[in-house]
Amino acid sequence: MNKTYRFDTMADLVALAEAEDISLGEVALRHEVALGQLDRDEVLAAMRTRWATMKQSMEVGLAAPQKTMGGLSHGAGQMMAGHRPVLSDAIAAGVMARALAVNECSAAMRRIVAAPTAGSSGILPASLWGAQQRLGCEDEAVVMALLAAAALGMVMANRATISGAQGGCMAEVGVSAAMAAGAMAEMAGAPPDVAVHAMALALKNTLGLVCDPIGGYVEVPCIKRNAIFAIHATTAAEMALAGIRSFVPADQVIAAMKEIGDAMPKKLKETSQGGLATTLIGLEVMARRPRVDHVQG
Amino acid sequence: MGGMAPYDSVFSIIGPIMVGPSSSHTAGAARLGGLARALLGGTPVEAELDLHGSFAETGAGHGTDRALVAGLLGFSSGDDRLKDAFEHAREAGIVWKFGTVNLGPDVHPCSVRFVLRAADGEALEMVGSSLGGGAVRITSIQGYDVDISGDYPTLVTVHEDRPGLVQEVSALLSRYAVNIAFMRVARHHRGAHAFMTLEADHDLPPELVTATRAIPGMVSARALPRLA
Repeated sequence: MNKTYRFDTMADLVALAEAEDISLGEVALRHEVALGQLDRDEVLAAMRTRWATMKQSMEVGLAAPQKTMGGLSHGAGQMMAGHRPVLSDAIAAGVMARALAVNECSAAMRRIVAAPTAGSSGILPASLWGAQQRLGCEDEAVVMALLAAAALGMVMANRATISGAQGGCMAEVGVSAAMAAGAMAEMAGAPPDVAVHAMALALKNTLGLVCDPIGGYVEVPCIKRNAIFAIHATTAAEMALAGIRSFVPADQVIAAMKEIGDAMPKKLKETSQGGLATTLIGLEVMARRPRVDHVQG
Repeated sequence: MGGMAPYDSVFSIIGPIMVGPSSSHTAGAARLGGLARALLGGTPVEAELDLHGSFAETGAGHGTDRALVAGLLGFSSGDDRLKDAFEHAREAGIVWKFGTVNLGPDVHPCSVRFVLRAADGEALEMVGSSLGGGAVRITSIQGYDVDISGDYPTLVTVHEDRPGLVQEVSALLSRYAVNIAFMRVARHHRGAHAFMTLEADHDLPPELVTATRAIPGMVSARALPRLA
């Protein structure tokens, strides 16, 4: 028996799960217990608290439009929730609304759960909410899915990065969507290797995504991108459940992500010096934003 | 942190529970402020905060400035007061000043240098980086290279570089049944003061810190709590 449940790669993670016929979420849970700080019940309780906070930020964001720091987004979550879907269904529209709502909360300095980051914090709660609606499962299944998502995120964070300043938006929204895809696939009953294919399909199709937020605010394009990539995650999970496999193994996708992030120009890595940030409208916002070096008290 | 993966806990990925908008630029900044406060030993009366890289470029829009000051006040990254940190800092009598700095090409883009002074005259210069997702590293204290994550209770000492002193500290830890996870000793040159950081598996009792300060040749000893 592997007492530490340590995994450095997706291959390690799948091997650990398959060796004992357990889920990715269970591997993550045993790994956390093996760190020696918390016992099994404490880990589950702490994850339950995070799911409760996620649900709270979805509700807060849907209940009222949030005043974001830059004022570049206002009530998009509410607008989506009040819209009768024409081209998708009520649950898919609910996923979009919740992803928008959470990220608007985050941009308004309200409380959220980073997953893995605040800029990408809408994707995982909204996706898991949607999966829970479709599958009709209890919160305990969502808690295990959060653990599975964490295991996938740990590998991506340690082998590549989850910092937009280091790897662009693929490191935040890309990783978040990949975590959500794998977690939803596992929630729907996929074995570990299939869940990891879902993760790889989602991440692969965010490669190259830059971080060029307007005015340095985590608002444009971040907030709407959370809704769009929550649906992207669902697509990846559904494809994996259909038996479609990522041609490039997950660990090689992560290696490519690292290489692309390192090669990405600095002006497209959370410095607001290029891309959308330096469009005409982006520069207008930039001109009126506060600067830290002028702040004194 | 000696050779360990920075994201080793599920809660480093699903978490922290935090006030937005950015885990690296807001939550990480608040944590760095909290570590600086703990190293100083309390609320500073004067604070100079120099922002490097992406912190300097996009910090204001991310609330990095407010989050750093919130950390200096002892607020956690999930504290609702973070939003109004400047008002709270004024009430607490902190005089602060932000600037920008280029710490070099190899320094993480989300980094800050704190230059702090406490009411009792204690001064601190600390450089720290926010790695993403709320994870942080202290990379320099008073000009000494360090590598502290805040994931473990940490003892930081400055002492005379004499034989046996390090063993005396480690004997004290063993007497208080505190296991050492990682340990690092540095000095600028032979005969200068040495600098030690010691990350432990268990919380550091106040009596242990007091006893450490009483070791002959000890200049200073501070305990950093595990970050929430």
